[in-house]
Amino acid sequence: MWAIAVKEFLQLRRDRRTVAMLLLLPFVFLIVFGYAANFDVKSVRAVVVGPFAAQAAAVLPKVFDVVATRPADGRAQAVDSLRRGEAVVAIVTPSSLSGKPQLLVDGTEFFAARAAQVAVASAPSTSAAGRLVGSVKPQILFNPELRTSVIMIPGLLGLILVFIGTIATALGVVRERQAGTMEQLAVMPFRPRDVFLGKIAPYLLLAAVDMAVVVAAGLLVFNVPFRGSVLAFALGAVLFLFVTLGIGVLISTVSQTQGQAIQLAMMTLLPQILLSGFIFPLYSIAAGIRWIGYVLPLTYFVRIARGIMVRGAPVSSLWFSFLMLAVLGTLVFSLSVLRFRRDLAPAGRSRTSPAISAGEESPPRPDASAGAAS
Amino acid sequence: MTPSAGSVWGVHDLTVRYGHRLALDGVSLRVPSRQVTAVVGGDGSGKSTLLRTLAGAVRPVSGSVDRPLARRIGYVSATSGVYTDLTVDENIIFVARAYGLHEGLPARIAALLERAGLSSARGRLAGKLSGGMRQKLAFVLAVLAEPELLILDEPTTGVDPVSRSEIWRLIADAAARGAAIALATTYLDEAERAAQVLVLDRGRALLAGPPDEVAAALPGALCDLPPAQVTADLAPPSWRNGSMRRVWVPGGALPTGAAAVQPRLADAVIVACLQAEVSASASAGSAA
Repeated sequence: MWAIAVKEFLQLRRDRRTVAMLLLLPFVFLIVFGYAANFDVKSVRAVVVGPFAAQAAAVLPKVFDVVATRPADGRAQAVDSLRRGEAVVAIVTPSSLSGKPQLLVDGTEFFAARAAQVAVASAPSTSAAGRLVGSVKPQILFNPELRTSVIMIPGLLGLILVFIGTIATALGVVRERQAGTMEQLAVMPFRPRDVFLGKIAPYLLLAAVDMAVVVAAGLLVFNVPFRGSVLAFALGAVLFLFVTLGIGVLISTVSQTQGQAIQLAMMTLLPQILLSGFIFPLYSIAAGIRWIGYVLPLTYFVRIARGIMVRGAPVSSLWFSFLMLAVLGTLVFSLSVLRFRRDLAPAGRSRTSPAISAGEESPPRPDASAGAAS
Repeated sequence: MTPSAGSVWGVHDLTVRYGHRLALDGVSLRVPSRQVTAVVGGDGSGKSTLLRTLAGAVRPVSGSVDRPLARRIGYVSATSGVYTDLTVDENIIFVARAYGLHEGLPARIAALLERAGLSSARGRLAGKLSGGMRQKLAFVLAVLAEPELLILDEPTTGVDPVSRSEIWRLIADAAARGAAIALATTYLDEAERAAQVLVLDRGRALLAGPPDEVAAALPGALCDLPPAQVTADLAPPSWRNGSMRRVWVPGGALPTGAAAVQPRLADAVIVACLQAEVSASASAGSAA
């Protein structure tokens, strides 16, 4: 027994990634579940519209963070604000002091919607806030029954794309290296980009098929609405895949075995599940670690998917999420292509290398000394 | 396209490092067409690194490499490089597509598989083939595009004797058609079949030239003695040769009654490696 235990320790000592994962995971879970796993919403973004918008904004319960007050706007503009994701709650003040205000809540923001309902219901009837909204029944828009499936399935699409894009791609490339065929590809007449694109194309297709199946199942089985533009959604999905495939290839370039690739992929997957707003609302996560969510691609895809599918949000309101996916995609993809090139063209396929001469470019010079190469 | 006649490929004064480790130190190799050039040496001697650099899979620190364009190179890596989860036919079609081969392809594939004895295995997964069959498949893939330079990294290691002789027949065929062949092997009997041989030890070239000339250039003299007669003063430079011990006498003065034997390539390689080891120990001693 002792001999085996010592051998295991020796092997573990050399398997730094496993040791890192074993030591880091408890800290990661501690941080995530201590600070991020928070369903309490302390602040709900709100817009107030109508003739008495300014007065209403002044007396709203504290949980409402008024981001805009627009006396000239009406209900239609308020709904549009929620559709564009500008706010989670909109208060439409009546045209006369005797009228009742309307409280519109975005049903795609489950926890914020619940917090808004609670805040309104618990406002003391004697307070100014209570007199304003105390007797108002909130109208839940986009997801009136606050069904979890309507909120989760668009995010789940992103998770599926992460899974295929990152894990399947990384494994596909590492399998090539482990089998010793990557070296064969390196000396075959392929340009590195041919190999790169050839390797990821099947996974791109698989991801597209998977996504279509899950969207269809979401619409037909779970009655998830699809209110926005299919093209805009497809653009978001392509940009998101662009990032995840890049992460997959990047992982493959730093992994020698499929086990290592899975370990690394899980390390990128876990924070995306927990810190992207897929499960826990991003605005409830402690500010100190919330920033991690802002560099994760799933964060932006979840916003795009929920916005377009459930709220019917226009592309113009989601431009920042599209831009972030494009930026992250360009960064990750460029890095992965560079590293992939290093694997596939180590001898510098470019025929200008001083140490290399290719036969059909110059006559054979078996005894020519080209001196030191860089 | 058939290989062009008279081409000479190779490397000159090549140095390769893996991190801080020197893998090749100023090694040169000429690989003329229509010839087999063998690179021999023990494990870690730098054979694979030399061939991988010649193929373009490793970037040298310094030195020059002369090789044809990638589409004119055939390469069999030490791991054979065939896709074990594809069938024989699927492997061949993949390589044919990679090299853009179309004209007369079915006939060429059929002829190659026939010569390699793989005609009846076309539908079998490469992973289910025997080691020898897989190596022959790797060879077929490497010669499919009729390369000018054929690089074979230990193509017969771990292969049964019958398959070894079949692979050598295929190698001879390729050389006869004009390919320049660079081959790494740990089998010195195979190296003796080559036109030129380069002996590597710890990344350095020890010997180079035609095998018979390399053997003939061995300094001193050799004789075979029964193990009991190998005395302490003769013991260091001796090695097993069948039931006898082959003794190398650097000065050439053989023990009384011992008959001189003609050196073979294996003897020259062993002596060169022994000398290199002595020299390395002396250097390490003086450095300390």
